[in-house]
Amino acid sequence: MTDTANQSTEMLATSKNRDLGLKRRYGRERRFQAMGIAAITMGVLFLFLLFWSIVTKGYTAFQQTKIHLDIYLSEQLIDPSGNRDINVIQMPIRYNKVLEAAIYKAAGIDPKDKTKRNAMREAKSLLSKGASVDLRDLVVENPSLIGTRIDYWALADGDVDSFLKGQIPRDIPESKRKISDAQIAIIDTMAEKGVLAKQFNSNLFFNGPSSRPESAGIAVAVIGSVFMMLIVLVLALPIGVAASIYLEEFAPKNRWTDLIEVNINNLAAVPSIVFGLLGLAVFINFAGLPRSASLVGGLVLTLMTLPTIIIATRSALKAVPPSIREAALGVGASKTQAIFHHVLPLATPGILTGTIIGLAQALGETAPLLMIGMVAFVKDFPATPLDPATALPVQIYMWSGEAQRAFTERTSAAILILLAFLALMNISAVLLRRRFERRW
Amino acid sequence: MQDTNQTFKADSDVRSNPIKMSGEKVTVHYGAKQALFDVDLKIEENQVTSLIGPSGCGKSTFLRCLNRMNDTIDICRVGGTIKLDSTDIYNPDVDVVELRARVGMVFQKANPFPKSIFENVAYGPRIHGLCRTKAEMDEIVVTSLQKAGLFEEIKDRLDEPGTGLSGGQQQRLCIARAIAVSPEVILMDEPCSALDPIATAKVEELIDELRENYTIVIVTHSMQQAARVSQRTAFFHMGNLVEEGPTDQIFTNPVDQRTQDYITGRFG
Repeated sequence: MTDTANQSTEMLATSKNRDLGLKRRYGRERRFQAMGIAAITMGVLFLFLLFWSIVTKGYTAFQQTKIHLDIYLSEQLIDPSGNRDINVIQMPIRYNKVLEAAIYKAAGIDPKDKTKRNAMREAKSLLSKGASVDLRDLVVENPSLIGTRIDYWALADGDVDSFLKGQIPRDIPESKRKISDAQIAIIDTMAEKGVLAKQFNSNLFFNGPSSRPESAGIAVAVIGSVFMMLIVLVLALPIGVAASIYLEEFAPKNRWTDLIEVNINNLAAVPSIVFGLLGLAVFINFAGLPRSASLVGGLVLTLMTLPTIIIATRSALKAVPPSIREAALGVGASKTQAIFHHVLPLATPGILTGTIIGLAQALGETAPLLMIGMVAFVKDFPATPLDPATALPVQIYMWSGEAQRAFTERTSAAILILLAFLALMNISAVLLRRRFERRW
Repeated sequence: MQDTNQTFKADSDVRSNPIKMSGEKVTVHYGAKQALFDVDLKIEENQVTSLIGPSGCGKSTFLRCLNRMNDTIDICRVGGTIKLDSTDIYNPDVDVVELRARVGMVFQKANPFPKSIFENVAYGPRIHGLCRTKAEMDEIVVTSLQKAGLFEEIKDRLDEPGTGLSGGQQQRLCIARAIAVSPEVILMDEPCSALDPIATAKVEELIDELRENYTIVIVTHSMQQAARVSQRTAFFHMGNLVEEGPTDQIFTNPVDQRTQDYITGRFG
């Protein structure tokens, strides 16, 4: 008993000498872990700050101030001839008078009172310049409304909207304010009567660009982006996958294929604006494709996405265990059969993930699109990929340069929408991966 | 030194069975490194031939030459002639797909496709167009599984993934998959090295049964296994075929000193 006790103390004594080194090693490990945690915390913090700043700036843009008006669509003003000629009733200027009468009433101003001229002008300016166009569209669609009285929510001016959202403070001097004291007085009267309200901003989603923030929307940009994503998917996925299969499975390993591999890896790191210049030179100047078209944008983004897809596909193919290939070859499958029946299905999750990451990258790309003229002010909805269009990130870029306060929140809102699209694509990547993942 | 490269053939002229495959002066290079030196080996029909030897001796390399599985390795060059019946399988006219349908293979690690058990077995017959109707296919799958001694165990779960079976069952599934294309020769590369003794016993029993209809070449690390399942044994050492003969003779009365040392456990 004592012998064993002695022995164990002896063993402890020898191991004590070693403990010194162990302590240092554990310390090193703890310090490394602490650094890792610190790095992650920093990353999360910055991400949180980014989201915080975008969300707080942007969420207000999903609502838009409107003015509740009781409008009499006087036949005398809109269609004096009475024969509902579309060329007559579609002129927005005919609706200005109708709207003006309604807003004077809402603001409690007697239009016959000559002393109120000033107030009338200020009241008029509270309405968006686009309000008459919206009203026109409504009447052109339902000509039977002419001569009737309607309840109508008219679009308020962007500055009124910003003022009501508190983005233009009341307490700064009038000379530095976009809203005059007289306008504030009228707004207050109307707010008291309850004719002002913030409603869901459908314009943001369904309108094209506009110089008036209250009418501006991302629809044209979204259509352009969707066209481009489809083009990238249709071109880059088959070309990329075919190229990777050839390089990975069939191509001999020699100096040429090494050179191609190095160049593909380099292409993935080429600044995107270079692809834009290439697109300008090749697709527009040489091939004569139309400027600003989403087709050209899609082609440029395809070139940009290809290296990403090829690299992802090759690593997915490499990750398929060789035993599966051998099994297929062993029962007499040809090389092509082994690849298409067994290797490719197993590589599908990896290929899809790579493709969607490439697509997401392309969706957020701005610089090359500037080079091919997709930065234009495109009011008409593009019907085909050959029509002029913009893209979501380009729209964000254009709005960020606008002076009016209301564009600031719309810029952030558009970023939020872009982020939502990206999140959607990444989630679908994860889901597809789960769906196709198989054990082997 | 020259003497060591000499292959001893105890009774090379006394052959009870016709020759199914034969290698003459087979050499294999991996890049600059030579892995096989002038191997001459005849494989008898409806017999189990086992290839034994220490790791890296070239026995698996030789096996993979028999159905040109080495073609998949870019840097691998094969010299000499290997004949299946009377055709040189490395002749440019020979279709490697057809060759592999005639010379099937079972690998060291069971490698079922990540598909259903049925699909695993049906894949070979389907790509070779061996059956026209669903009923014919069912027939082939069931007989193959029966021959592999697996059918009774899994007949209710043909739709389940082949990867969900136990290790031994997976290996027998791979054997069923190889049988399904009706090969003439089955090559087995250490088929039991990843299996427990009970599963090993089942596979060995199966190999013995399969001998009736197929010619089998098996690479094994276990000398007991070679002794149990094979009728003929070839001993490889450092890329040379040292000795080849009837199994009982190799294990009881080897001619070469190196064979003697290996089977008595002095090296390897």
